[in-house]
Amino acid sequence: MKLAEHIANELIHAVTHVPDDVLQRLLWAQKTETSEASKAVLAAILKNLEIADAQHLPMCQDTGMFLVFVDVGKSCPLGLAAIEAAILEGCSLAVDKAYYRHSVVEEPVYARNNTLTNLPPVMWWQPVEGSSLTIQILLKGFGSENCCQVRMLNPTCGEEGVIEAVGAIVQAAGGKPCPPIFLGVGLGGSMDRAAYLSKRALLRPVNQQHTDAQYASLEEKILAKVQQTEIGSGGLGGTITALSVAIEHEPTHIAGLPLAVSINCWADRKAKIVWEGEDA
Amino acid sequence: MRELTLPLSSDVIHSLAPFEQIFLSGKLYVGRDQVHKLLVQLLDEQKPLPLSLEGACIYYMGPSPAPEGKVIGACGPTTSARMDPFAPRLLDSGLKVMIGKGPRSEQVVQAIKRNQALYLQAYGGCGALYASCVRSFRTVAFAELGPEALLELEVEHFPLVVAITAQGASVFDR
Repeated sequence: MKLAEHIANELIHAVTHVPDDVLQRLLWAQKTETSEASKAVLAAILKNLEIADAQHLPMCQDTGMFLVFVDVGKSCPLGLAAIEAAILEGCSLAVDKAYYRHSVVEEPVYARNNTLTNLPPVMWWQPVEGSSLTIQILLKGFGSENCCQVRMLNPTCGEEGVIEAVGAIVQAAGGKPCPPIFLGVGLGGSMDRAAYLSKRALLRPVNQQHTDAQYASLEEKILAKVQQTEIGSGGLGGTITALSVAIEHEPTHIAGLPLAVSINCWADRKAKIVWEGEDA
Repeated sequence: MRELTLPLSSDVIHSLAPFEQIFLSGKLYVGRDQVHKLLVQLLDEQKPLPLSLEGACIYYMGPSPAPEGKVIGACGPTTSARMDPFAPRLLDSGLKVMIGKGPRSEQVVQAIKRNQALYLQAYGGCGALYASCVRSFRTVAFAELGPEALLELEVEHFPLVVAITAQGASVFDR
């Protein structure tokens, strides 16, 4: 199979099914939540996933913007042009075959003409050691994207300041991003790098903690803080507002502590393609 | 769970309580960001509207394309807050029921009370669920907007939650 077809197949599946780790968190929420209003929302979500599977329909009409993370080995046998062409072709095939909504406009301020292809994607290229090629794609809905924020925190604010800021960002989002939500938190780097890291954090399976004990503990503390908002599923009030918190961090400047929070809706849709072929 | 049919009478609207789960059937309009901007522009210019707002229900939604043999694609609600700058004007011009997801501004709550209107919340992200409740689909105007066009749908057994009542009681006040 060609790389483009492989990408298309993964994207056709991703728009109609959440990954198993995400589904397990939704089932956990339904078992654990005590608010009747939130439980009704979770029941609707689970029924919706059954219908999406049975009818081959996108689970949500906002099939998202393609956010593409390409980790390409420095000695990868495929050239960048071939990889890029395969990604664009794969996205395009999936849009047609799986009835993705055309949700992308050419230009943000004036005419806002729809591209009618759901392209272009947003792409990030990351060179890595070796010859591997890993392509990860988020189908990012914008109800939740509109609730994301970057804050340039004081470098002395410490763990407390980070937890407070994420809590405030989630509080401001309220019921708008289709909770229960998944949180990606980027710390360090520069303003834009923190934003990138927060998106990258959403790629980690939601049942995996950070590998560093301090940051794993920070993830837990942020999650506890977020649950205290009691926003609940659908914003109707409840004990569960978020289903996971994942942090990515990098070195930063002595004068700063950039923080970015990417909020994803319960429909945390993604695809991962590890390509070992010699050509595309 | 109560089964309600559009258009909703004043008595029915006043009998609803926040958090009440209902099933809604009947004809409703579909419009989101650009439709709201255009409708308010037409009102400002005192030009005729492509729909009758009197007693109408608007669902904030933009569907994905209908697969062959289906009436509609996924069709869950979009975030209502983006329609907040326009909603009071439409409510003051006859709009009675809004369906979307998430909290509304204080200005919208005041306009709901002033006009004895109603805000219902649909289950966010549940586009496939709502597709199974749509019986017919018609483009009313602004077809050039693609997925943002003004539509009319006939729905049956649409599951919703009463979110802000005519009295101004809200599921978002906590």
